[in-house]
Amino acid sequence: MADKEVKLMKGNEVIAHAAIRYGCDGYFGYPITPQSEVMETLMELKPWETTGMVVLQAESEIASINMVYGGAATGKRVMTSSSSPGISLMSEGLSYLAGAELPCLIVNCQRGGPGLGTIQPSQGDYFQACKGGGHGDFHMIVLAPNSVQEMHDFVALGFDLAFKYRNPAMILADGAIGQMMEKVTLSPQRPRKTDEEIVRECGEWAATGKTPDRKRNIATSLELRSEEMEKINLRLQAKYRTLEENEVRYEAIGCDDADYVIVAFGSSARICSATVELAREEGLKVGLLRPITLYPFPAKPIAELAARGVKGFLSAELNAGQMVTDVRLAVNGKVPVEHYGRQGGIVFTPDEVLDALKTKIINKQ
Amino acid sequence: MYEVELKDENIVCGKSPLITDNVMHYCPGCSHGTVHKLIAEVVDEMGMQARTIGVSPVGCAVFAYNYIDIDWAEAAHGRACAVATGMKRLNPGKMVFTYQGDGDLSAIGTCETIHAAARGENIVAVYINNAIYGMTGGQMAPTTLLGMKTATTPYGRDPRLNGYPYKIADMLAHLDGVCYITRQSVHTPANVRKCKRALRKAFEAAMAGKGFSMVEVVSTCNSGWKLSPVKANEWLEENMLPFYPLGDVKDITAE
Repeated sequence: MADKEVKLMKGNEVIAHAAIRYGCDGYFGYPITPQSEVMETLMELKPWETTGMVVLQAESEIASINMVYGGAATGKRVMTSSSSPGISLMSEGLSYLAGAELPCLIVNCQRGGPGLGTIQPSQGDYFQACKGGGHGDFHMIVLAPNSVQEMHDFVALGFDLAFKYRNPAMILADGAIGQMMEKVTLSPQRPRKTDEEIVRECGEWAATGKTPDRKRNIATSLELRSEEMEKINLRLQAKYRTLEENEVRYEAIGCDDADYVIVAFGSSARICSATVELAREEGLKVGLLRPITLYPFPAKPIAELAARGVKGFLSAELNAGQMVTDVRLAVNGKVPVEHYGRQGGIVFTPDEVLDALKTKIINKQ
Repeated sequence: MYEVELKDENIVCGKSPLITDNVMHYCPGCSHGTVHKLIAEVVDEMGMQARTIGVSPVGCAVFAYNYIDIDWAEAAHGRACAVATGMKRLNPGKMVFTYQGDGDLSAIGTCETIHAAARGENIVAVYINNAIYGMTGGQMAPTTLLGMKTATTPYGRDPRLNGYPYKIADMLAHLDGVCYITRQSVHTPANVRKCKRALRKAFEAAMAGKGFSMVEVVSTCNSGWKLSPVKANEWLEENMLPFYPLGDVKDITAE
């Protein structure tokens, strides 16, 4: 494979290329629209013949995430991908992965819900990804790509963060990002980690086979002694505070002089960047703050904008209003925070968002 | 205190070096301890400690990792064969086995078990069938015999109300990915020895890449059955073995 290649590709296809080039060890998945191209592309590329990466079609999303758990327990770089209903099936596994502190990458190419819902794009899984995703107090690292290039880049970023913090990481994309084709620069091929490297880097915790020089390694989330279980929980919470301190990523467009700021992520942010242009043409000083990490959420920069004198925030999301709760917490009542969204797989237009900004915030002041 | 001179040649049996010094939480008379010992002995005798990874279940054996001195992962309830699949596919040189009860392997985990077997994963499932849920306090298992009283079948298992017990070993034997299915017990010394040979055969088949193996161990749960250890062994012979007959159900490991 060449060092650097520029290709025209679907977001889903690029996940497969990026995984192979990152040196991913294994992919386990189950087909579901609108992300089936991820596994189809992997099967076509046959990485087991080149890098040695394992690709396996499981019997369900439940099996997929538990295969990921098994691979991750041995220190390997493993991933899965699915779409909303499939991610719900993985919830139990995500909780176990977080509890056992196993690093892995999950891609959710969201579709509209609830239930079987629709196969069209949605951002209705924000709460699921950022607030829950399973039982118990835990967080996943959640990355929101807004382009095919970021679908590519966040595979490496997701794995790097997952291993840095021994925590599952999720790319929260949607059907629009997964299905659209864009130019993408592919990274050079990296070698997969050797077994010796894994023992060296993950030897303290990975089940690589017990050697006489160490105690046995056990991947488990179980601890029946309450005092010990609370200690584990406190350690997890300390890790999440470190994440919140060090790993917040966001993009600010036209926020420096903005009177009003739209907060939007992923495909919504792509649309809202056009809203900012439309508003500026009308002489309205509107900016866009795009959270790249949804967890940890960029609360601080939003709070700073509110403190600086921004008169109102509009959280534009393809859902009934989920991220808006985090924006409100960050703004803490200083100025109005409203939500605008479409549901059912409908994607809003830049004009629609500008109209909402005017009617819900600007015209009320 | 007696001074006893113990010569190596006089030792006829002892604790496997792979059994830890942790005090087991199993009830006296339970089969788990014996099966743990056999697995530890087989792994040790094969010289495979550094290359073996176990997957423990949810159920009484959830803490198996406290007793056998190898690397482990503790799986979500029923998912052990999927976890083992991920491990083995990514570490083909490792000896990967699951240790599961009847609820774990043949109720909540039926799907994962059947598909791992159908794919012919080169793993071993050790299946403890004691016809009851021990950990949660003696409720009905998929393997609970007709008429058997449990916490959720207090008047005895009635097929019209609770359905029939089933033999997953017989089902798995039909699958092309399966090389070895056997039903053993550890309720007599002779059966313990046979069970150990079966475990060794299964582990060797997995390492030879012959496909999926399952060693079912028809076991006692004297606490759940509310019987003394001796009575439980008798009950097993009189009631369990007629429905779950011992012996190989499928063996194509020689092919």
